[in-house]
Amino acid sequence: MTTTTPASTYGATLDVSGTPRTGLATLVKVEMRKMVDTRSGLWLLIAIGVITLLITIIFSFAADAEERTFASYMGVMATPQGFLLPVLGILLITQEWTQRTGMVTFTLEPHRGKVIWAKVAAALVYGLAAVALAVLLAALGGLLGGSSDPWGGLGIDDVGKFTLLQAMAVVQGLAFGLIFLNSAAAIVVYFVVPIAFSVVSSITGAMADVQPWLDLGTSQAPLFEGGNLTGEQWAQLATGTLIWVVLPFVLGMWRVLRAEVK
Amino acid sequence: MITLENVTKRYGQFTAVDDVSFTAKQGMVTGFLGPNGAGKTTSMRIMVGLTAPDSGTATIGGHHFHGIPNPSRHVGVLLDASAQHAGRTGREVLRISAETMGVSRQRVEEMLELVGLSGVEAKRRVRNYSLGMRQRLGIANALMGDPSVLILDEPANGLDPAGIHWMRGLLRNFTAQGGTVLLSSHLLHEVEMIADEMVLIGRGRIVAQGTKQELLRQQGTYVRPEDPQTFAKVLAEAGIEALPDGDGAFRTESEAVDVGRAAAKAGAVLAELRPAEGARLEELFLQLTADDARETITAEGVQA
Repeated sequence: MTTTTPASTYGATLDVSGTPRTGLATLVKVEMRKMVDTRSGLWLLIAIGVITLLITIIFSFAADAEERTFASYMGVMATPQGFLLPVLGILLITQEWTQRTGMVTFTLEPHRGKVIWAKVAAALVYGLAAVALAVLLAALGGLLGGSSDPWGGLGIDDVGKFTLLQAMAVVQGLAFGLIFLNSAAAIVVYFVVPIAFSVVSSITGAMADVQPWLDLGTSQAPLFEGGNLTGEQWAQLATGTLIWVVLPFVLGMWRVLRAEVK
Repeated sequence: MITLENVTKRYGQFTAVDDVSFTAKQGMVTGFLGPNGAGKTTSMRIMVGLTAPDSGTATIGGHHFHGIPNPSRHVGVLLDASAQHAGRTGREVLRISAETMGVSRQRVEEMLELVGLSGVEAKRRVRNYSLGMRQRLGIANALMGDPSVLILDEPANGLDPAGIHWMRGLLRNFTAQGGTVLLSSHLLHEVEMIADEMVLIGRGRIVAQGTKQELLRQQGTYVRPEDPQTFAKVLAEAGIEALPDGDGAFRTESEAVDVGRAAAKAGAVLAELRPAEGARLEELFLQLTADDARETITAEGVQA
């Protein structure tokens, strides 16, 4: 009878040929779990859901029947969601540093870029779930609201624009989280800097022409104003996104890949 | 199994790890001993890729840590037991790791049992854990992927004597099966109890390494003659340098046999002749821990 080497006997070199790499899907699932297994994360998600629901209810009572259209429901939900979704992105990144779990996370998966992309995917899944909830509630509101034209002025492409807007907010939050690796700093800068930039550029006359190109808030405005974007507006959205989303993300990713994980 | 070759890491002017080379062998517990701030943690962080060295290489079983797929299935790591999300329960911390590694939930329960965290304790949030409980949780985390190599930074910190005894048994068992363990400590006694081999580090440099027996070997000779006054002359004539050690005894760096030969030649009667007490390692370690002694150690370049 042949005996096999007991699994507990190891050689002086590690034989890693039989070990598959950790899949991205696994990491995405883990990151989604990390968002709901602490009180702060769970309550943020609950808050997003509850606030979306509350806005729907309040608007249903406050608005006239004719105003209770799908489009206006979507409109009122855009702001609170756009406010909270970036925080979700920020926290998913910064908790690894503020709670120092990064030391475990990045030894379990030393390819840090992969972990960050998993976080991006996880945050987007939650962001899209929030959008889906908004669309569902807006549809219900439109259906039961009693407006003569509940679906007027809004097409499927507008739902797409709404989704794009919220997805950008989530990724921007992730990017600011990556740059600062600190919840408080990332949240404050995320909310203050773009506002400050808008204020400064709007009072400086010389900036008026370039503002839509540089300020994300201005260039995003057409996305929730309905109607089709002109080629120039899309280009402005692209430059605004480049400056406020892509650039911070690239810098933040560069920082995380190089930084010591403490 | 774990090999560091000429690893150096600087922070500005400060050299945290200075040309460090050593190997933690397979089937052994290697104790990484040094005072706080000596470079132990930085060296261990370099091994697992959390810190990039300025020069030199660190490999585990012939691989860079980055090159090991799903590394926790091969290398169990505990670097800082407090680096856990305070708001997660002990069980949840382990479940996250289990999910990342791709091991079953059953394994989480096995590990909790192995490290002695009860069901009630596992349900509590980590913020309510004592340091000892965090260490146990960290050890459970490190062992979860059934690794063959363990890298543990100050694992005995916060454990009570019973806990240290338990860990020693656990690591003995682990190395008996062919595993490799590198554990750090700033307490000589702790390492003496657990380790087979030792690497002593001070100010970022390796100052001594070898087996416990080699390093703890008593050096020098203790001799108590019947007549101390004449024996001082006997020793001087034989060319043996000795210092009085109280109670009419002497202590010398020479071998016991040389002292005995000198005594026989002079016809002196000895009441006692034996290896001197007090290990060189302990003295070396005390020197390392005394701040003002650090410079002398490096300047002299003490080697094992």
